[in-house]
Amino acid sequence: MNWSRFFAMGGFAVYVWSAYGFAAVVLTLNVVIPLRQRKTILKRISRFLRFDQGDQS
Amino acid sequence: MNFFHKYSSPKHFYPLAGRLIPWFGAITAVLMMVGLYWGLVIAPPDYQQGDSYRIMFVHVPSAWMSLFVYVVMAVGAAISFIWNIKLADVLAASSAPLGASFTLIALVTGSLWGKPMWGTWWVWDARLTSELILFFLYVGYMALRASIDDPRRAGQSSAILAMVGIVNIPIIHFSVDWWHTLHQPASVMKLGAPTIYITMLIPLIIMAIAFQMFYFTVLLVRMRNEILEREKHTGWVADIVDGRG
Repeated sequence: MNWSRFFAMGGFAVYVWSAYGFAAVVLTLNVVIPLRQRKTILKRISRFLRFDQGDQS
Repeated sequence: MNFFHKYSSPKHFYPLAGRLIPWFGAITAVLMMVGLYWGLVIAPPDYQQGDSYRIMFVHVPSAWMSLFVYVVMAVGAAISFIWNIKLADVLAASSAPLGASFTLIALVTGSLWGKPMWGTWWVWDARLTSELILFFLYVGYMALRASIDDPRRAGQSSAILAMVGIVNIPIIHFSVDWWHTLHQPASVMKLGAPTIYITMLIPLIIMAIAFQMFYFTVLLVRMRNEILEREKHTGWVADIVDGRG
């Protein structure tokens, strides 16, 4: 495979790679944000439970 | 029916979603890699647009997903509004940020495709304008939810917005037929055979399924978060959190 030709995208490199780059950033954020949210929620609930032992209706 | 009844309760849905996430994630990753390789390397350049048409492989799946996710969100909102089913509201709430993301990708990649092909980043034609309105609908829906503290009331109010906004979906889809626009008409989602070469259609379909699986994967993660948050005072959530140490 010819890498420099691949990256050149027939002269449309700026447009093609910006489009793919932007999509990659947005999709990655969509994975990272909810996973971090999950950690925060679990931490908060476990802290709440430690303060509130014995009252787990 | 029993199956739906059982898994529409957050308590049973939560572990089921947890088991599905790794599988969905793996399928997404494989399809993305195959689709990208096929679309960027194997597929030949277009005889008119050269290599710039390759933007299609992210642009079109995102645009399709922006519509699909809105329909899911509006149906979820309607079900929660009419029958007061909690999980349907969780579905709608969790879909919104994903739908907004797909819409944003469709708009930006479309702009990056429009510049070399049409000579302009943006034009206020029917397709582009209605897609921009879709983005504002998603953002408005999320802002409305965020502004109401009580999740039940947030669900009810935002559901109305989601249901009213659905009129925009057929407008977006048919805009290229109803009005003369710069945007090209549909070449896949139409009656009759697709007017696109098979060598370009296959990677497009692979990427479309990859985006669909991406949505399902992240949707399940988000729904689990939403359920944990809403059910934090229940015994079964306490058991899960305790089990983790």
